[in-house]
Amino acid sequence: MPYLDVRAVEKSFTTRAGVTRVLGGASLALDEGEFVAIVGYSGSGKTTLISLFAGLLAPDAGEILLEGRPVTGPGPERGIVFQQYSLLPWLTVHDNVALAVDAVSPGRSRAERRRLTEEFIALVNLTPAAGKRPRELSGGMRQRVAVARGLAMQPKVLLMDEPFSALDALTRATLQDELLRIWQVQRTTVVLVTNDVDEAILLADRIYPMTPGPGAVLGPAIEVGLARPRERRHLSLSPAYQKARQAIVEFLRECRRRPA
Amino acid sequence: MRDLAPRIILPLLGATAVLLLWTVLSQTVAPDLPSPAKTWSESRRYVLEPFFKDGEMNQGVGRLAFYSLVRVGKGYLLALAIGTPIGFLLGLSPRFHQSFDPIIQFLRPISPLAWLPLGLIIFQKSEPAAVFTIALCAMWPTVINTAVGVRSINPDYLNVGRVLKLSRTRMLARIIVPAALPYVFTGYRLSLGLAWLVIVAAEMLTGTPGIGGFLWQEYNSLVYSHIILSVLTIGAIGFLLDRLMGVVEARFRVG
Repeated sequence: MPYLDVRAVEKSFTTRAGVTRVLGGASLALDEGEFVAIVGYSGSGKTTLISLFAGLLAPDAGEILLEGRPVTGPGPERGIVFQQYSLLPWLTVHDNVALAVDAVSPGRSRAERRRLTEEFIALVNLTPAAGKRPRELSGGMRQRVAVARGLAMQPKVLLMDEPFSALDALTRATLQDELLRIWQVQRTTVVLVTNDVDEAILLADRIYPMTPGPGAVLGPAIEVGLARPRERRHLSLSPAYQKARQAIVEFLRECRRRPA
Repeated sequence: MRDLAPRIILPLLGATAVLLLWTVLSQTVAPDLPSPAKTWSESRRYVLEPFFKDGEMNQGVGRLAFYSLVRVGKGYLLALAIGTPIGFLLGLSPRFHQSFDPIIQFLRPISPLAWLPLGLIIFQKSEPAAVFTIALCAMWPTVINTAVGVRSINPDYLNVGRVLKLSRTRMLARIIVPAALPYVFTGYRLSLGLAWLVIVAAEMLTGTPGIGGFLWQEYNSLVYSHIILSVLTIGAIGFLLDRLMGVVEARFRVG
């Protein structure tokens, strides 16, 4: 039985312009400790899909099971890193992360929770900025806080919704490397949604391409046969990298040529 | 130095123009209107010794303003104490909103002059009637801004709370209240302005000692220059209060 099991979820939205069918039966299966990426064009319904995983939206049809139990609402066991960071601007970096630590471990002592909070901040290299508020930080630093907060929920699955898409290319690369390093340490189960094929290959074990909407579905999974730990500078030349990249790009291009 | 001209010289020029116009008016079409010079000579003691007290109705402007400020302070705090929770309830509960929003929209435009007699009937004394009127008139901006502030909270912030499964009280304390605070303080500033507007009417009608009461009494005693003194004092204090709340409000604006 898969750890996270998504079975043919569908989701439509009703607006004044009519009904938009965003997801038309997307399926995915994920084992514990896996890093899976979902790649697709902007606007194909990736954020909708991950909101369903998070329980922030309910599917119209299909079901989502985590460890065999159906997902019925949001919860910290499916921690999420939002696209727009969503840090609380009135709290310091420390307090933003502490909010998550306190929420998931109310049984622990005050000192212990403090130590945990500081650990997660150190993990993303933000200890010197712990007392600052989000508006005093750069975009890259903000997203690191968001990652720290996501990890601080100690989730069974960490959901990441295009976490680096709002960053400039150089910062994005730095954060990808950092996520690679953190994942190497933590081995959290991750679902990453992205529109960046190279980001997906660098980070994920397996990649699901998403067909462009409306009625988006996930294509067959593409295994990334790259050994870990990975290093960015050797990657793009390796045959496994080229093979994965070609498979994804071809699938997405094919979908675009013959819309479903 | 270059922006000194627009920031200091131009406002001074504007004030001089108004003083000139006032002088001309008092010399020509409105002979009963005291000129600026006459106003000053008859009012200087009230301004230069602001805390003298010769009798209940003959006191320096500082003392009079103090009485009024205390009265406004009571009514204003009462307005915030009532208005803030109502605002949060309106913003949080669609049912509460549907039940009470029509009544609020109906009560909001009622003038202080209309509430005051009702207050006198209920409380039998002028002091609580004045405080009641101030509170009732001043609370609406707090109610409405708080409700709008709660309703316009970024849904991402609420989603963070939902994912963390925060309890209702923690959700309020850690997310909803801080997120709505800038709007709430805008409401507080507007409420204070209204409270200060109402004080004059309340004191004129109840004859209580204060800057508004003084204004009305001097009108009845035909000391017209003191009416102008009162008007200018009311304006100056209102301006200072607004600036003060502007500073407080800016402190709570988070980016």
